[in-house]
Amino acid sequence: MPLIEVTDLQKIYKDGEVKTPALRDISFSVKEGEFVAIMGPSGSGKSTLLHILGFLDRHSGGTYRFNGKTIDDYTDEELACVRNEKMGFVFQSFNLLPKTTVLENVKLPLLYSLVPHSKREEVARRAIESVGLSHRIYHEPSQLSGGEKQRVAIARALVNKPNVIFADEPTGNLDSESGKKIMEIIQRLNEEEGHTIFLITHETYTAEHAERIIKIKDGAIESDVKVHHRHNAREKFSK
Amino acid sequence: MTLKDSFITALGGLKTHKSRSGLTILGIVIGITAIILMMSIGNGAEQLILNEIGGLGAETIVVRPGKEPTGPSDLGETLFADSLKRKDLEALKRKGNVPYLREIMPALLVPGSVSYEGETYRPTIMGGSFEIMSATFNVYVTKGTAFTETEINQNASVAIIGSKVVQELFGGGDAVGEFIKIKDRKFRVIGVLEPKGQAAFFNFDEIVIVPYTTAQLYLLGIDYFHEIIIKTEGPEFVARSVADIERTLRESHSIENSKDDDFFLVTQQGVVKQVQTILGALTAFLSSVVAIALVVGGIGVMNIMLVSVTERTKEIGLRKAIGATEKDILRQFLFEAVILTAFGGIIGIVLGGVLSLLASILLTQVLELKWVFSFPLMAVFLGISMSAVVGLIFGIYPARIAARKSPIEALRYE
Repeated sequence: MPLIEVTDLQKIYKDGEVKTPALRDISFSVKEGEFVAIMGPSGSGKSTLLHILGFLDRHSGGTYRFNGKTIDDYTDEELACVRNEKMGFVFQSFNLLPKTTVLENVKLPLLYSLVPHSKREEVARRAIESVGLSHRIYHEPSQLSGGEKQRVAIARALVNKPNVIFADEPTGNLDSESGKKIMEIIQRLNEEEGHTIFLITHETYTAEHAERIIKIKDGAIESDVKVHHRHNAREKFSK
Repeated sequence: MTLKDSFITALGGLKTHKSRSGLTILGIVIGITAIILMMSIGNGAEQLILNEIGGLGAETIVVRPGKEPTGPSDLGETLFADSLKRKDLEALKRKGNVPYLREIMPALLVPGSVSYEGETYRPTIMGGSFEIMSATFNVYVTKGTAFTETEINQNASVAIIGSKVVQELFGGGDAVGEFIKIKDRKFRVIGVLEPKGQAAFFNFDEIVIVPYTTAQLYLLGIDYFHEIIIKTEGPEFVARSVADIERTLRESHSIENSKDDDFFLVTQQGVVKQVQTILGALTAFLSSVVAIALVVGGIGVMNIMLVSVTERTKEIGLRKAIGATEKDILRQFLFEAVILTAFGGIIGIVLGGVLSLLASILLTQVLELKWVFSFPLMAVFLGISMSAVVGLIFGIYPARIAARKSPIEALRYE
């Protein structure tokens, strides 16, 4: 059973009488543990697709099955619960809480989970350690570099051990060195921890870290191909 | 998300915006301070008035001429009414008429001043019977002697004076045996009162007491009394005696209908009731003013919370993206409002307490009132609960707006 399966997915934005289709008849499925990159120029609908896949937005037509269950069968509370337990989000603009320590930022998803109080600190520390920021644990976001901020965001995304991580242009605001480090972490999460990854990017080079690239143009799938020569961020980074 | 988590989250949110949080609660602080101040001072005033009335004694009944005053315009009528005369005194003294009467004393107030060798002073000049005043108000002569029935029957020109009067006229020297002048008539000072201060309606340090007969005959030239003070056998006989006195006086004045009464009775219970009614009305009025202040404070909180919600749109979006439900967000912002206002309430209680303590010090030191500082626990409870309720009421709207934000729009907000 695929983890994510969309069939003829549509999204239409209505502004009064004017209807603007953002997604038209998108169909694909993704298995648990896959690393998929979604590519497309700005305005192509790739972010809209990610929002729908991440339960942040509702689609207008077609079906979306997550874990075999259509999204329409979930209540709002259940959607929040799935977002919390099974999904992790990494945004281009980091979205860390200001004036809040790294530790508290990473603990945030645990607040809405069933993880008991006594375990939260430990779980959060382990997530921070896995992105190599143990020495920054009591720093506030304003004291961190862009790359470090994004690593905190990744730690926050994986603290609840989600099935799937949605990364929306995670390297978009970073210099190339920091970007490589981020890609290395994302690749490692996919290969070693088995997280399913959805990566949105408009750079071919970044996209080629994935196993599969879905190209979107004007709200429709243009191509859906396997990557034959994947880039391996770790090799380049660790040499 | 547990309630505890919501609480901690809300507290964290407030901490990151400290100065704004402080400004937000200013209105609440002022409102609650006003409540505490009002309750504390109201309580103190009630105690003060009741203490003074308490000096009258629960077993005492005062008979006054005229109609019972129901408004300020009736007061003049009371002062100039001449319905209480000697025959009434005799009628009331008869055992068969008022069986539980123990003592009876007519009283007169003489306007004017007292002088001694060029020194002049304006004390309260009273015509009465010292034996009964002493028994009623527990005042005693420390120097010299008191006048008795004998001096009253002789219309003797003798006076007993208070300690402040001695101070003012004799500069603290010996007053007993000296002659003072009241309305060009010489009175021999036969006794000086111990310092006592305010008791019932009199300040016994600033009083001159002469026999009531003398006051009637030589000082006022009238044949009636300003009031008659009656002491009963005990507080439990007051109600019965009130009826007896009314019946006796109606008979003496040939009145058939109580509507036509040309006298009225004052008892401690009656006065206490009156005072409490007046203070109650005053408190109700002030409460409504304070309620308006709290509503204004609440609107202030709502305003700032709305600004805060807008400013923190991105945070709300993020929280929703990582699994917060609408209920979680609602609770977080509602808690913020309630914590804010409750905290404002606590500051208000402390501030109100300090201010009413200062007020009581001012009242006792400067105005020399027998004021007792009181800080009712009820006020503390009321202050905290009212401020929390204000937070709850005015926090709901901003919290709902926060909870209903769409996560993607919130995340996109810059």
